[in-house]
Parts: sequence; C-alpha cells; structure tokens
Amino acid sequence: MEPIKSDIEKQPAPSPIATERTKPGKVFVPIVDIRETKDSMVLIADMPGVDERSVDITLEKNILTITGSVKPQVFENHTMAHAEYDIGDYERAFTISDEVDRDGIAAKVSNGVLRVTLRKAEKAKARKIAITAA
Amino acid sequence: MFVPGMWRIGNALGSFPDIRRLQQDMNRLFAEMPRAGGQEYPAINVWGGEHDFVLTAELPGIDPSRLDISVIGDTLTFKGSRDFEALQEGETYHRQERSGGRFSRTLQLPFQIDAEKVTAKYEKGILKLTLPKTAIEKPRKITIKAE
Repeated sequence: MEPIKSDIEKQPAPSPIATERTKPGKVFVPIVDIRETKDSMVLIADMPGVDERSVDITLEKNILTITGSVKPQVFENHTMAHAEYDIGDYERAFTISDEVDRDGIAAKVSNGVLRVTLRKAEKAKARKIAITAA
Repeated sequence: MFVPGMWRIGNALGSFPDIRRLQQDMNRLFAEMPRAGGQEYPAINVWGGEHDFVLTAELPGIDPSRLDISVIGDTLTFKGSRDFEALQEGETYHRQERSGGRFSRTLQLPFQIDAEKVTAKYEKGILKLTLPKTAIEKPRKITIKAE
C-alpha cells in the first residue's frame, strides 16, 4: 500500500482492495496508529461515522481487513452550503505476521475510533532461556 | 444573436431540483479546489435550511465534555483538544499516522444565530451543531388585507 500523505485531509483509497465494488459511494483509507505492547499489538483507526454495527473485521490467511460503512448524511429541507469533507466507507488491509494469536483478536469502537487488539502468540513472546552448564 | 430558447432553459433548470443541486455541487467542487493543500482542522460541512443551519465536523475520539462552543452574534467558535494516551514503558509505535493536539475553528454565518437555541450532539465521532436563526432573520409571511 502506498504511504499516506502527511495531510489531515481524508485520503481516498487507491482502489478497492482487488475487488469491484457494487455499492456506490467513495471509499477512504482510515488513518491508523499501530502500537506494540508487551503482549499485544494494538491497531487504532480513526473512522468517524461508524459504530460497532457498521464495522467489519476479517482475517483471511494473514490479511486483516477492516471495513466500515457510513451512511451519507441528509438533512431534510436543507441544502449543502459549504463542504470540506466527503462521506464514504472505510477500508484498509494489513498483513499480519505469524506472531499473532488468531483466536485472540478483540475489537471495540467508541466515538468513531476503532481499536483492534491482536494478542501475541505464546511463541512470539520473549522468553528467557536458561543455560545449563555442561 | 437572438436565442429565444436560452432563458427558458435557465428557468427549466430550477424545476429539476436534482439538476440544480448537481450544478451547485459542481460549482462548489471547482470553487474549493485550491484549498486542497492546507485544510483547517477539523473539516466541516455546513447545511443551510430555512430556519437553521446544520454544521457537522469529523472529530473522532475526543472528549465531548471538553469541547467549548461559543456563539456571538453571527459568529460561531468551537474549540477542544484531542488527547492521546502516552506510551507505557516497553511500548513502541510501529506506525503513527494519527495526531493530537488542540484545535479551534471560527465560522461566520450569514445570519444572527439564536445562541439560546443552539444544540450540539456528538455521536460516532461526528459533532453536529444546529444553529437556528434568530426570529428576526426567519422568513415571514405577510398577508394582504382586503379593503
């Protein structure tokens, strides 16, 4: 994936991930932070407009895909007077390593921020190896 | 050149709201092209209605109780901050695209805002402000009395 430009503006997705979209509307790449803690990897994505029902997280082989669908806003009897941002769905995929425990993935959404916690697999955790004297 | 049909086309446009809207959208698209370089944070969308304006802003992950919204006459200001949890010891960033800090935006509207009736809602990371016009700005119907 191309690096995200250092701009605060929403970035349109280069192309829907190897699939044709049947749903009209724009797709954006959510901006993310990935931080590693002692026993997990935490992925934090800004996805304003989504809630826990409209986010999907799938893990297929080693590709973790996050998608979020956002309903366009329409206000009755109002016309758009000024627009600075577009509304659309979110989609982004990540390749994860074998170090992640596939069954230990947890996610939550609050205030338009998605947080996915990927627990590290037992074998990936640093272990102290005792050396025995010969 | 005498083109009698032209004016009629102009009027006909008005009777198709979708075409009118498309025209407005196109005008806006081109009028706002240069701003692509430096945008203020947060980005806002404004919707105009007969009695009020609605403003929406994408502000994911903020604490709504710490958002400060003030209205003076026809000017609206909202400011707040986006805080980030500091890294704990032993934690590292693999990727850091999100940013935090304080933000402030001021907007002048084409009418006096009824400050008492302004409502704000923060949901799913989107701030929505409803800015009603003061009574004096609202359209009034004038009835003609028969003699």
